[in-house]
Order: sequence, then C-alpha cells, then structure tokens
Amino acid sequence: MTAATTIATGSPPDLDAFREQARAWLREHAPAPSPVTDIEAARAFQAALYDAGFAGITWPQDVGGRGLSTAYQQAFSDEEAEYELPTYPFTIGMGMCGPTVNDLGTPEQRTRYLPRLLRGEDIWCQLFSEPGAGSDVASLQTRAVLDGDSWVVDGQKVWTTNAQWADFGALLARTDPDRPKHSGLTMFVVDMHAPGVTVRPLKDMSGRAPFNEIYFDSVRIPADAVIGEVNGGWHAAVTMLGHERVSIGSRRRPKTNPLDFTAIAALAQRLGVSGEPATRERLAELYARERVLELFNVRLRQEAAAGIAPGARGSVAKLAGSMLARLAVDTVGEIAGPEIVAWDPEDTTGAAVALGINSTPSSSIAGGTNEIQRGIIGERVLGLPKEPSVDKGVPFRELKVGTQK
Amino acid sequence: MRLVLTEEQQALRAAVRDLLTDRAASPQVRAAMESETGIDRDLWTRLGRDLDVLGLVVPEEYGGAGAGHVERAVVQEELGRALAPTPFLGSAVLATDALLALDDEEARRELLPRLVSGELIATVAVAEPGTPWGPGATTATASGDGWTLDGTKTPVVAGDLADVLLVVATTPDGPAWFRVDAADVERTTLTTLDPTRRLAKVVLRGTPARRLESADPAGALERVADLATIALAAEQLGGLQRVLEMATDYAKVRVQFGRAIGSYQAVKHGLADVHSDWELGLSALRYAAWAADEAPDEVPVAAALVATFFGPAYFKAAEACVQYHGGIGYTWEHDAHLYYKRAKSTELLFGAPGRDRARLADRLGV
Ligand SMILES: Cc1cc2nc3c(=O)[nH]c(=O)nc-3n(C[C@H](O)[C@H](O)[C@H](O)COP(=O)(O)OP(=O)(O)OC[C@H]3O[C@@H](n4cnc5c(N)ncnc54)[C@H](O)[C@@H]3O)c2cc1C
Repeated sequence: MTAATTIATGSPPDLDAFREQARAWLREHAPAPSPVTDIEAARAFQAALYDAGFAGITWPQDVGGRGLSTAYQQAFSDEEAEYELPTYPFTIGMGMCGPTVNDLGTPEQRTRYLPRLLRGEDIWCQLFSEPGAGSDVASLQTRAVLDGDSWVVDGQKVWTTNAQWADFGALLARTDPDRPKHSGLTMFVVDMHAPGVTVRPLKDMSGRAPFNEIYFDSVRIPADAVIGEVNGGWHAAVTMLGHERVSIGSRRRPKTNPLDFTAIAALAQRLGVSGEPATRERLAELYARERVLELFNVRLRQEAAAGIAPGARGSVAKLAGSMLARLAVDTVGEIAGPEIVAWDPEDTTGAAVALGINSTPSSSIAGGTNEIQRGIIGERVLGLPKEPSVDKGVPFRELKVGTQK
Repeated sequence: MRLVLTEEQQALRAAVRDLLTDRAASPQVRAAMESETGIDRDLWTRLGRDLDVLGLVVPEEYGGAGAGHVERAVVQEELGRALAPTPFLGSAVLATDALLALDDEEARRELLPRLVSGELIATVAVAEPGTPWGPGATTATASGDGWTLDGTKTPVVAGDLADVLLVVATTPDGPAWFRVDAADVERTTLTTLDPTRRLAKVVLRGTPARRLESADPAGALERVADLATIALAAEQLGGLQRVLEMATDYAKVRVQFGRAIGSYQAVKHGLADVHSDWELGLSALRYAAWAADEAPDEVPVAAALVATFFGPAYFKAAEACVQYHGGIGYTWEHDAHLYYKRAKSTELLFGAPGRDRARLADRLGV
C-alpha cells in the first residue's frame, strides 16, 4: 500500500509534520541535477514522488491525489525549491492538462488519465498553436470531422513543448467552420502514438529543441475523447490557459539561474568590477525587481490559501517575470561586457550565461506574449474597453487568418 | 511572513478612507494647501481623537494603540491616496519613531501621549544641504547642565508647524539627539515642489536643547530613516493606486477617433504596466511593514528595497496619469499635477533613486 493511499483515507496530516516529511524525503531521494533529461529516470522519479504522497497534493482523492489544501502544496514547493527535481517533462500534464481534465472531463476520463499522470506513466503536451494561429489561437485551422463514431483530424500544430516525449496531447481543433471562430472549436485528448501523428523536433534560437512541429494526417480519435462539449472547445481552452498562467506565474525560478542577482553579483566579483558604482546600482535594481516579484508570488499564494483567486493577476506575474528576465540580460551585459562574447570551450559560466541570454525571448512569447498579457490586464483587471473586432459573429470560413496572403 | 491583511486591518482602512472621503476630498485638500499652515487642523484632530490612528506603533503604556507598522502603513497608504494635508509624516512617523528608538523615558512619557492624541505636533530635524540624513554640520556644545545647538536644518518635514523638534547634531563624542522647543528656533516655510507637504528651514543659533538619552544615537538614526522610508513607501503606494484609478476611469470615458482612448493599446498597455507595478509594490510594501514589526534584521534591506522600487514607480505612474489625461491633465484645476509633484518630491526627499540603489547595494553587500 502506498503512502498516498494510507494517508488519503485519514484526516489531514499536521502541516508541520507534512513539511518535515517532505524535507526528509527530498533529502534522501532528490537526484543530483542533470543537464540532460533522462526520460525514464524522470518517470521513475515521478512514480517515487507519487508513492511518497507528494504528487497531486491538492488533487482530489478519487483520482489518486491527496485532496489537501494549497497550504500543503506550498509547504512542499518551499522544500522542493532547494533542489532541481527532474519533473520538467510532467509540468504541462500536471500544471495544465490534468487540471483541465479534472475540471471538465467525464468521470471515465478523470479516472482513465489522471492517476496515470500523477504516477509518471503518461506525459502530456498542449496542442493549441498553429503556424497561422498563436495569440489568436481561436483562428486555428486544424480540422476534426465526425466520421461514424470517431473524429478524423487533419492539420498542423507547432511550437509544441515536450511533444517529443508525449503520450497524450490536449488538442484544440475546428469542428464547425460555419460558426464564428470561438464557437466552432472542440478540445480532444489525442493519443500521440496513434497512426497519422508525426512529431518533428523544432530547434529554437538557443540551439536546443524543446518544442516540435506536429502533423495530423487522418488521425482517428474516438468520440469519447472530447473534453467538455463538442464546439465548446473555447471554454475548455480558456480553462486550460487559466491553469497555464498560474502554473507559469507561480513557477519557482530554478535554483541555479546564471542570470539572477546572486549569479551576476558573483560574476561581477570574479571580473573585479563589483565595487564600481554603476555595477552596484545595476545589481541593486536587479535585486529589487527580483525580490519584489518573489514577494508578489508569495502574496498570491497566501491569498490563494485564504480563498482569494489569482484571476487575471496571473498575467501580472507572467509579465513581470519576463520583464525581469530582460533586465537580467541587460545587467549581465553591462557588467560582463566582452567576457560573455567569447569564452574558453571549458568555461561553463560563459555557456550558461549565453544560454540565458538566448532563451530569454521565450519568456515574453510562450504562454501568451507580453502584449497579450498587457491586453488581459487592461481589459480583465482594469476593465478597459476592448478593441473593436472585425471578426465578431462572422463565420470562421469567411475570416482572414494568420497564414492567408 | 504575512502579506495579506487581516479583517481588522481592512476595517481600519475602511474607517480611514471614509473619513478622508468626507474630509479630504480635492477641494478640501486644495483649501488646506493654500492656507496659512498648509494643513487641516480639524482633520488632524479627527485622526487623533476620533479614529485614534496617530499612535498605532506606540505601546499602550505611552497612550498608543499598540498595533504595529502594518497598521500604520494602511493609514499612510490612505493618506497618500488622498494627499491628506496633515503633519502625519513628521509627527506620527519621524518624531514618534525617534522617541521609540531612543532610550529617553522622560521624553517618551511626556511627549508620546500628546503626539498620539494630536494635541502636540513634533518632528525630526536631520537633513542639511549636502547631508540628506545625518548630523551634518550642526554642532552641540555643553553649557551648564544643558546644551546649545548651532546650525541649519533643511528641509524639515512639518518644521514650521511642529511644537517640538528632535534635532540631530554632533557633539565632541559623536552624533546625538536633542529636544528643542519651537519657540527657540528661527524657521522659514520653504517654497516647495509639492504644494501639499510643507517643509521648513530651521536655524539654530545658540539654541538651548536637552540631550535625549540613547545608547546608540547613530543606530537610532538608521532605524528612524528605515521606518520613515517604509512609511513613505506606503504613502507612495496609495498615491500610485489613486493615479492609476484616475487614469483608468478617464480612459474608459474619453472618446477620440470614435473610440474610448482606453481601447487603444498604447494607453491600455501603459496602464497595464502601472497596474503591474501597483501589484508588485503592494507585495513589497506589505513585506517591509511586516518586517518592521516582526523581523528587525530584515528592515535595512527591506527599507532600501521599497525606496528603490517606489520612487521611480510612483513617479512613472503619476506621469502616465498626466499623459493619458492629455491637455486637461496639464491644467491646474485637475488633480493629476498634485500627484505628479508629490511623487517627484517624495522620490527625492531623503535622497534620490541612485542613492537608494547604492544604499540597497551596501546593505546587500555588493
Ligand atoms: C518556447 C515556446 C514554447 C511554446 N510551447 C507551446 C505549447 O506547448 N503548445 C502550444 O500550443 N503553443 C506553444 N507555444 C506557442 C505560443 O503560445 C505562441 O508562440 C504565442 O502564443 C504567440 O503566437 P505566435 O507565435 O503565433 O505570434 P503572433 O500571435 O503572430 O504574434 C506576433 C507578434 O504580434 C503581437 N500581437 C499579436 N496579436 C496582438 C494583439 N492583439 N495586440 C498586440 N500585439 C499582438 C504579439 O505580441 C507578437 O509580438 C510556445 C512558444 C514558445 C516560444
């Protein structure tokens, strides 16, 4: 019997005892950080995490979660921040797809997918963006057509993170092009190993390939794979994007980040420029922005624990995080100058800083661009009027969309 | 650390806001600003007597409420939001914190209860030209069983209103704090960038003074500066929120080119950035106020943090508020300029953004 099932039937554990258990478990089981992802090791670790009762801490008990309050999740996250756990392949499943299936899925879907997700048996990806539809994801063109008792999918997705490992994807496809763009979409669970699914790695500007292009060529999906309602895909997408923003916004910064205050201060010291007034001022500014964002995230967690939902304020966390990353790029450049233009092949700092510089643009694009976040804050938080839209009420087939000339 | 207000703290905010909505609306603020004293005595009396919020950080044995800095920050936020014309910063912050940081029991017993009730106004005289925070060139000389002070302190917050001044001066054995009666100094009301906060020049010429007991006068100076920085940050936060509201409300109703200007992204995104600063700053301020109550070791960094953040953030917001109001925002009648001036003046009152960052760097050890 696993720890999770033992505890799940009892009353909630004492919070301090829980924290202590988490600390002790992590001390013993957290593996050393590895620069490459070993997917089998990651699955094994997720399973161990589940067995120890630290996966799905806030998820409902009927799907294998512990049904505890966010205070417990927070306690675990605090302890976990001391390590770099190999849970990255599961972030999309745990942070976005899983919670959406939990919110909108049928009882069968919940029991079919969620326990496996928690135990590291399945990896998920999010199949929304297409070459022609990113910010305006509702203008997507991938089609799903009902044929007998299954759907047939044709189209292309792009920038799909973690699809190289994925077993399932949450797919958004057009099921009725005669309706306006938002009301002809449906969300499906698609088996990434099904015939007709092709996954091609896509190299990003940092030289790595964390995302992919996906081609669907007459892929058959059973009727019971619809999440939510047929043509209710926009509601499902919004639900998932809400989870995504919270998941990105509340994500802790990696323990070793070559572009954070501590790392750049150490670099300044090594380069012998730490006493210069300009260096000191820049470091202070970086510290301030970093600390203030950290405090904002603490506040959001405390409010969530007190029952105040973050709502659209997840956009503030995401926007501030990306602006902080840009400030860090400026700061490290001003301080290190030519030192980070070229370095000895063995110099790991040079490589890490360069990777930091070259991956920073993703933070202001992925998960909704900064411009889109500012629009959300302006409209949903401040209540400013929307821009006039040219596509309201117009059937999708009559619209001009991203890839049309 | 606790960054969320309790129900009582929220009730405190509501009570202060109610009073200020009633007594410190724009016409009242403007009337006070153009008056002889620059403050609204009646409002001051109500804050002390009716709401009892002038002694939130003062222990009960000295007539205070025995609450804390989180509560004081709530009040200060509201005062900053309304630009309430009161000597709160001088009396309920600087002088009160100084008396609590020093070890002069007699002065505490005599002064604190009267500061808490509002019947007496006090302030701290520290700044001098070239020395925004320190004993500067003012000297103290022993004479008989007392002291005399010589020097010029400027700007002194509420220096022209205060009945009692707590002055920092240099003695042969280092900096020390002195109590001086207003009747014994020469004071000039200064012309100020910010018309809603009076500042004065105080000249001391052989001025009789009583030395205040302190085991660590320099340490008290730092503590008072840090707590004042946190209190000011609360005021900045309140002002920032107000200008954001003013600009947002206007952007919803002002129509140009057939659309509300708030539907244009240049305006919408600019306001979204101001809103983000408000959310972030609120979190930092709550933390700093919490640290002032619960984590004294964290106060030096926390104070430098909020100073670094709020100076530029509030000014940027106030600037945006003028900008998004267009020509009307540039008129004397509109309140936008009052916040613009308050924001710039507060940013510079105890230093300047570069100095705030340098202070933060010092405290971080970089
Ligand atoms: C690292 C990374 C990982 C990703 N992972 C995934 C994933 O796993 N699954 C998935 O589905 N997608 C993923 N994406 C795709 C991502 O969601 C989109 O790239 C993003 O939403 C932007 O869409 P786009 O690339 O089509 O750019 P566009 O929408 O074409 O935007 C181009 C520019 O125009 C601006 N713009 C667009 N619309 C507006 C507007 N209304 N107002 C003002 N400016 C506007 C944008 O801000 C941007 O600057 C990922 C992207 C990256 C970079």
